[in-house]
Amino acid sequence: MKKAICSLVLSVSGVMAIRAEVPSAMAITNARVVTVSGPILPRANIVMRNGLIEAVGENAPIPADAWVIEGEGLTVYPGLINGLSTLGITDSSAIGGGGGRRTGGGAGGGAATTNTGAPARGPEDRPSTTSWLRAADLVRPSDKRLETARSAGFTTSITFPTRGIFAGQGAVVNLAGNKPGQMLITSPAGQYVSLAFSGFSGYPGSLLGVFAYIRQIYIDADHYRLAKEMYARNPSGVSRPEYDRALEGVMESPRVLLPASRTVDIDRMIHFAAELKISPVLYGVPRGYTAAARIAKAGVPVLVSLKWPERRRDADPEAPETLETLQLRDEAPSTPKALAAAKVKFGFYSDGIEKPADIAKAVKRAIDAGLSDDDAIRAFTLSTAEIFGVADRLGSIEKGKIANLVVTKGNLFETNTKIQYVVIDGVKFQPVPEAAPAPTEETN
Amino acid sequence: MNRSRTGLAAAILLAIPVLAAGPIVIQNATILTITKGTFKGSVLMRDGKIVEVGEKILVPADAKVIDASGQYLMPGIIDCHSHAAADSINESSVSVSSMVAIEDVLNPEDIAIYRAVAGGVTTANILHGSANSIGGKCSVIKMRWGKSAGEMIFKDAKPGIKFALGENPKRRGNIAAPNGAVPLRYPATRMGVEDVIREAFTEAQRYHSQWKAYAAQVAKGESPLPPRRDLKLEPLMEVLEGKRLVHAHCYRADEILMLLRVAEEFHFRIKTLQHVLEGYKVAKEIQQHGAGASTFSDWWAYKVEAFDATPYNAAIMVRKGVLVSINSDSDELMRHLNTEAAKTQKYGGLTDDEALSLITINPAKQLDIDKKVGSIEAGKDADLALFDKHPLSNFAKVQKVFIDGEIYFDRDADLAARPEREATKKTLLERQKQQRKQSPARKPL
Repeated sequence: MKKAICSLVLSVSGVMAIRAEVPSAMAITNARVVTVSGPILPRANIVMRNGLIEAVGENAPIPADAWVIEGEGLTVYPGLINGLSTLGITDSSAIGGGGGRRTGGGAGGGAATTNTGAPARGPEDRPSTTSWLRAADLVRPSDKRLETARSAGFTTSITFPTRGIFAGQGAVVNLAGNKPGQMLITSPAGQYVSLAFSGFSGYPGSLLGVFAYIRQIYIDADHYRLAKEMYARNPSGVSRPEYDRALEGVMESPRVLLPASRTVDIDRMIHFAAELKISPVLYGVPRGYTAAARIAKAGVPVLVSLKWPERRRDADPEAPETLETLQLRDEAPSTPKALAAAKVKFGFYSDGIEKPADIAKAVKRAIDAGLSDDDAIRAFTLSTAEIFGVADRLGSIEKGKIANLVVTKGNLFETNTKIQYVVIDGVKFQPVPEAAPAPTEETN
Repeated sequence: MNRSRTGLAAAILLAIPVLAAGPIVIQNATILTITKGTFKGSVLMRDGKIVEVGEKILVPADAKVIDASGQYLMPGIIDCHSHAAADSINESSVSVSSMVAIEDVLNPEDIAIYRAVAGGVTTANILHGSANSIGGKCSVIKMRWGKSAGEMIFKDAKPGIKFALGENPKRRGNIAAPNGAVPLRYPATRMGVEDVIREAFTEAQRYHSQWKAYAAQVAKGESPLPPRRDLKLEPLMEVLEGKRLVHAHCYRADEILMLLRVAEEFHFRIKTLQHVLEGYKVAKEIQQHGAGASTFSDWWAYKVEAFDATPYNAAIMVRKGVLVSINSDSDELMRHLNTEAAKTQKYGGLTDDEALSLITINPAKQLDIDKKVGSIEAGKDADLALFDKHPLSNFAKVQKVFIDGEIYFDRDADLAARPEREATKKTLLERQKQQRKQSPARKPL
């Protein structure tokens, strides 16, 4: 049975991947347009050419050569951005901790071994470090997960390698393309850092060691930069600094993604980033509702995991639960509302949730907890684009931006709303029909 | 540790607010100042400090008055050896882990903090574990439950570092993982432990001279590349310069003497010997070196090196002039250090003041914070514990605990808050049960 489903999915995606003739110009007419950057246009046209938005407006003229799609009764949003994922990376060796799902705390993915496989004896061995890996080099349009992501309304992902402490450079990628290179919007988007440690086999073998290691890396990077500068000024009679790809990778990261699950982690990471003089982006943050004011004060942007804390499916029904745990479960979905109220810049990420219905459900919980529709859509689009410095290209429906759109019948994030299609780089993609609810597999 | 119990208590306690620190007068208590005698009287606290202590003091108009008739007020208890309030204790992958710092992983949400406060503890030295000959950097904290990690740090306390001798640091040199996944780690013997310490400080001396040479070049107007900062060697350099206190885990007399000699050879002092169960055998040498001793009351025989022990250890060392404290090394013992101190009266006949010194002024001296805490004196931090009976009695219960003049534990408030916590919990449990029913579990495979 499982096989049958697989092959069915394969054949569908096979069909979807073949693109018919792509028009150079396309227009959606008479649709309700949620621009995000400006007011909602109740009835407007969107004209796209060569993958860019050429015009938006009530009376935007439709070029003669444009393929026209009737938008009557439809709503158009900017394409959703998944703020942190491994989408597009098919090489599992770059993906840690179960598809990058771990959001901090103790263990994550990646053994603390050196590249030779021997246990690391200290920071000099650069354990659990592949800071030089680039998502830009790893993404493939053939990743089967892209189609599911598009069906959930995602047109873009900030994709990261996630294995190890310094996992590598993220990239802003569109979730479609004929060739890998066509997917890329910008790189490097930031360094993904987790708190992965090895337990016993090598350094660092504890959370203590991970912090000391990260600190030493930044100290070494400063020293390396200085040594290189001095050498560049006058190489004669000076021994050359040893090339270190681990430090090169860290040095070229415009920002650093740091995990923060508990309130103490939030404080700890804000403090740590300030000490290291790096630009942090906190990810995970289910307890953001306890610390929104402090995050706002620090001016640190946040990526909120859509995987709200839940009771484990296989939890012992007799095991008593603490009030703290119960409160966390109850209040975590109010984090986005709290962040919005405190004016923290935040985006969302799917954190391993794949099914479009589950993503919609997760967002719905945040909205039920008080997040406004406007703030929700902004978090998914322009805010995430701003966090990663691509708001000049992505995140809103404006002239000149990349033609990434989600078109729905009804309000996005409402349970019975159907996504009609998404547009990526001006190319239209239909969502995959929901699989029959028959015998689904446990995805965790 | 029993997780579920931990959490339940956390639930009960979290809601108790810390009162703002206006002036407070505690009246009619028996005041055990530790350093200035015991008498019936009053204590005035203001702005986090003890302002006045005496048999009769004037009560300021704006002061909150607590009548403590029949109760006993002592300085907040200081635990010189604890592993509470930290997310991570041992970086055991390397023999010298001086690059790691407890401060990085302090966890103010650890319920052990509140429980310690409920036992009268107001200050603790949070140490790295004992897996390495030279371990990580320690943090002295005040048990400011409800505050952030940064706010718990004891300001201006001299930084410390953990050393460890004997079985623990050499264990990883002897026992490999069954599947070979964990490689053996030097050292495997007590000789090796000594060698590791000697090597590390030799390296630190070299590092020190690199920086001195660099400073000399800069002084001459040159602009050379500075040496690479090494987080492992920096704290050892601070030990050599007397800027960082060494707290050394040890048991046997021979290894204690070894460490004192190695330290003297490198011209630094061991600030405290921790556990130090055979300290009674070499008390004179410990006293001569100037090291303090922080030991258990009556806990031994849990491993070979802890066999030749006696509950008279603390008292013998006190009589030999060693600065002694009783520590917990345990979240559980930490809740009744007053009882632990009382055991030195049964075993060794220490006086009340001597016994209570072991958990107040003596550990304060061992941590170089005795100018601020450790006794009830005007000018010191208002860290106080109020007991219903004499704290050296088995039946004494902590009633109130103040840190910096703020109340952090109030037995009555704690008890009063419990029913509401339970009710909230019940509501949430029920609601989440309903939510789960609405989204049924997926079919099992």
